[in-house]
Amino acid sequence: MKHYLLSVVQPAGATPPGPEALAAIMRDVEAFNDELRAAGAWVFAGGLHGPETATMLRPRGGDVLVTDGPYAEGKEYLGGLCLIRAADLDEALDWGRKAALATTLPIEVRPFVDQH
Amino acid sequence: MAEAPDMEAVFRAEYGRAVAVLVRFLDDIDLAEEAVQDAFATAVARWPETGVPPSPVGWIITTARNRAVDRLRQESSRDARHAEAARLHAPDAPPEEGPVRDDRLRLIFTCCHPALAPQSRIALTLRLLGGLSTAQIARAFLVPEATLAQRLVRAKAKIRDAGIPYRVPRDADLPDRLSAVLAVVYLIFNEGYTGDPALCAEALRLGRLLAELMPDEPEVTGLLALMLLVEARRPARRDADGVLVPLPEQDRARWDRALIAEGQELVRRCLGRTRSRPPSTRCTATRPPPPPPTGARSSLCTTS
Repeated sequence: MKHYLLSVVQPAGATPPGPEALAAIMRDVEAFNDELRAAGAWVFAGGLHGPETATMLRPRGGDVLVTDGPYAEGKEYLGGLCLIRAADLDEALDWGRKAALATTLPIEVRPFVDQH
Repeated sequence: MAEAPDMEAVFRAEYGRAVAVLVRFLDDIDLAEEAVQDAFATAVARWPETGVPPSPVGWIITTARNRAVDRLRQESSRDARHAEAARLHAPDAPPEEGPVRDDRLRLIFTCCHPALAPQSRIALTLRLLGGLSTAQIARAFLVPEATLAQRLVRAKAKIRDAGIPYRVPRDADLPDRLSAVLAVVYLIFNEGYTGDPALCAEALRLGRLLAELMPDEPEVTGLLALMLLVEARRPARRDADGVLVPLPEQDRARWDRALIAEGQELVRRCLGRTRSRPPSTRCTATRPPPPPPTGARSSLCTTS
């Protein structure tokens, strides 16, 4: 079994969905998480607050500098993540497809480095 | 002294099959390629003396497998590697479940996986299934050899690291995944249309292989028919000075009748099916034999 990270790609500056649409998305995402758990593929999942809530820590000559905000202003940011177990990429992509439909957002699927 | 075997012919015919079998044994494309190349090197040294064995590909596969096991034993003292070598040395694993038994079919679906860049899919397919060298592929696609080598290395690393599986997709995914495979074969054919004719030959070989392995897929049959009918006109396509001859002015006597007959037979077989007609069949069916593509990179349907 390999581990894969499903990252939810949130476009920066997009209008957020209205309360009703958001509620529907949350329901779909919860159903997706339930399906993952039932299949034994679920490891961890969660949504993130926006990049404006981030704090950066940068090493500077043995010290660490604390600054406000994200590392770089991007066109998109990490909106949430889901860590799954899957036999291979095809299985992970099946989950990724479901995640994209549930969140209505693009999903990036990446393999973890194997632990030996 | 036995008759000198045509190693080039054996290599081209059997390299893909041997690599495909070894990938299944070793679960590692690089190891599989090395082992098969070792086995061919041994064959080149030995066959002129001993003669070509009754089953050249069987000999290559067995030799490659033994080499791989020896190498795993030699190169690593790790217990896991020894266990791996022991596993590989065990009698043949039970046959695969499911309708597909040919390792080359699995390998082509791995090479043409949508998670790989389109250029990488083409290069991998030509390298692993066609046995073309990195230099040959680079020349055919007019890219520096180092660039192409890098592309292959990255693609193989992605297959390994991302866990791209070595199997034929299940039925639900098959239409999409098969389209990706056929697109690669057709791109290889198109590249050879005005460029290196060896690419057309390779595309036809892959098309025939797919048609043999998936005889019930009309898209596969349709693409093979299209390629055969276009290829049939190659001898008449250029005049003595190498200038392109428009279709109406082509000397039809120079068309390859055998290829046309093979292509038309496939079209008829395709049309006899009840399933909805794929675009490629529609193209070839309307006016067989069809006029040539208007350009080297014309899409499937502009060829009719």
